[in-house]
Amino acid sequence: MDGLDEIYNDLIMEHSMNSYNKKKLDKADYCELGHNPNCGDEISLEVKLNGNIIEDMAFTGHGCAISQASTSIMIDTLKGKTVEEAKEIVKTFIEMIKRETKNEEDLEKLEDAIAFRNISNMPARVKCALLAWHTIEDMLNK
Amino acid sequence: MNIKDDFAILKNRNITYLDSGATTQKPRQVINAINNFYENTNANPHRGAYTLSMDATEVYENTRKKIAKFINAKSSDEIIFSKNASESLNLIAYSYGLDNLNKDDEVVLSIMEHHSNLVPWQFVTKKTGSKLNYMYINDEFEISDEEIESKITEKTKIVGITHVSNVLGTINNIQKIIKYAHKKGAIVVVDGSQSIPHMKIDVQNLDADFFVFSGHKMLSPLGIGVLYGKKEILNKMNPFLMGGDMIEYVYEQETTFATLPNKFEAGTQNVEGVVGLGAAIDYIEKIGYEKIEEIENEVVSYAREELSKLEYIDLYITPNKENHSSVISFNIKGVHPHDTASILDTEGVCVRSGNHCAQPLLRSIGIDSTCRASFYLYNTKEDVDKLISGIEKAYNMFKKYIKL
Ligand SMILES: Cc1ncc(COP(=O)(O)O)c(C=O)c1O
Ligand SMILES: [Zn+2]
Repeated sequence: MDGLDEIYNDLIMEHSMNSYNKKKLDKADYCELGHNPNCGDEISLEVKLNGNIIEDMAFTGHGCAISQASTSIMIDTLKGKTVEEAKEIVKTFIEMIKRETKNEEDLEKLEDAIAFRNISNMPARVKCALLAWHTIEDMLNK
Repeated sequence: MNIKDDFAILKNRNITYLDSGATTQKPRQVINAINNFYENTNANPHRGAYTLSMDATEVYENTRKKIAKFINAKSSDEIIFSKNASESLNLIAYSYGLDNLNKDDEVVLSIMEHHSNLVPWQFVTKKTGSKLNYMYINDEFEISDEEIESKITEKTKIVGITHVSNVLGTINNIQKIIKYAHKKGAIVVVDGSQSIPHMKIDVQNLDADFFVFSGHKMLSPLGIGVLYGKKEILNKMNPFLMGGDMIEYVYEQETTFATLPNKFEAGTQNVEGVVGLGAAIDYIEKIGYEKIEEIENEVVSYAREELSKLEYIDLYITPNKENHSSVISFNIKGVHPHDTASILDTEGVCVRSGNHCAQPLLRSIGIDSTCRASFYLYNTKEDVDKLISGIEKAYNMFKKYIKL
């Protein structure tokens, strides 16, 4: 197997090494920590809401390319969505990673995050890809 | 003699296995010995009056004698079987540490201890009100004589030291540490997990009070470990786990315990593991430590040289070759070790990445994880070449994105 280029592609590399979403928000409404002891990946997610809409989001932290890129791309995808839409997208992403859905129409909602669809070929890295999504899931359910 | 041929998994999976520091592969001779045990000798040792059970007992006890001889213990009563090094270390912490440490006493560890020789000591020092102090490494990734002499004091009652670091590969000067600790009245617990697979151990010559190791890092099955302790110390200690063969008489409210070594072996033991460990020792002795050191020296020296040529990696090894065993930690600058390990994996190169159960050590160096290649007698220079080309591949994938 290789398929490496599908995973470590330009999009993921750019987001992991030079993310514009990696910063602190001026005024965050919520902050949640995510940690993957396996890798030592650590992220801190910040969200600013405007009513029911995710107005802004950012992250800080460190870890492997997959975890950092997944966080940054997730932020791009969820920004501007309503909380309900976001929950739906998060659910779809997790299902995609676990190979529980192949419905292309649903997957389109993920926008760039669809780049992670082949991560299940690298089982050791699935947790890295899911870290941010589980973290936001916890946050949205609060 | 082609050693690799004894390890079917290396061919069956077509891998470059560089994670022997985590666990070694097992030679056919060990696997066959276990098979043979189940087909011809299996019964619960010590428990039956029939011939088969006596045979199982004999295999079990003969292996204890073999291990005593292998590490030059005075008596086979000094060899206690456990699940692994971690259990051996917990036994010492609970049965020796809890009963012998008093308020204001000190326990001294090296900062490079595996969590298994660190967390139990945090527990017992907290419980007993004693202090936990550390010997730190210098910029050559070694513990200096001055550090040893400044940290081990009259107040020190226990010193815990890994013979070889599982992250740095540094061989600690345990002769010096043991001598110095004894002079100050402390006992020394040596974690031999990463040394005994590679070098001849003589516990009497070292004068170690305790010496522990795991079978699975020296060609044996998972789940079998050894605790060596000086008889006079073990005799005075209370049992750790209770029940099964470790008793003598049990009354409704009182129990008297068996003598050594059974006193520390509660419940039905891992006889298959003991059999495998015995076969592993035979295998190591047949090849001989001299030969093992020669093979490893050639492969590891080559790895050190080749890795040193890559200017884009950080290496965490001592420059003093004679103090370095078979473990090499490295990072590609700016690339997370898990990504490097994943890319190496696609080339069939198995290395570990992470904190290697040594978080305080990595924190003291100022990093949170490394890639670790660890070598054993079945590795060759070709394995090193595969490692190097895998690292080059990873670097080339990341090169244009790396931000330092
Ligand atoms: C130096 C050292 N000590 C202790 C251990 C723990 O060994 P086990 O997991 O077999 O108990 C290890 C294994 O990783 C080790 O490398
Ligand atoms: Zn990760």
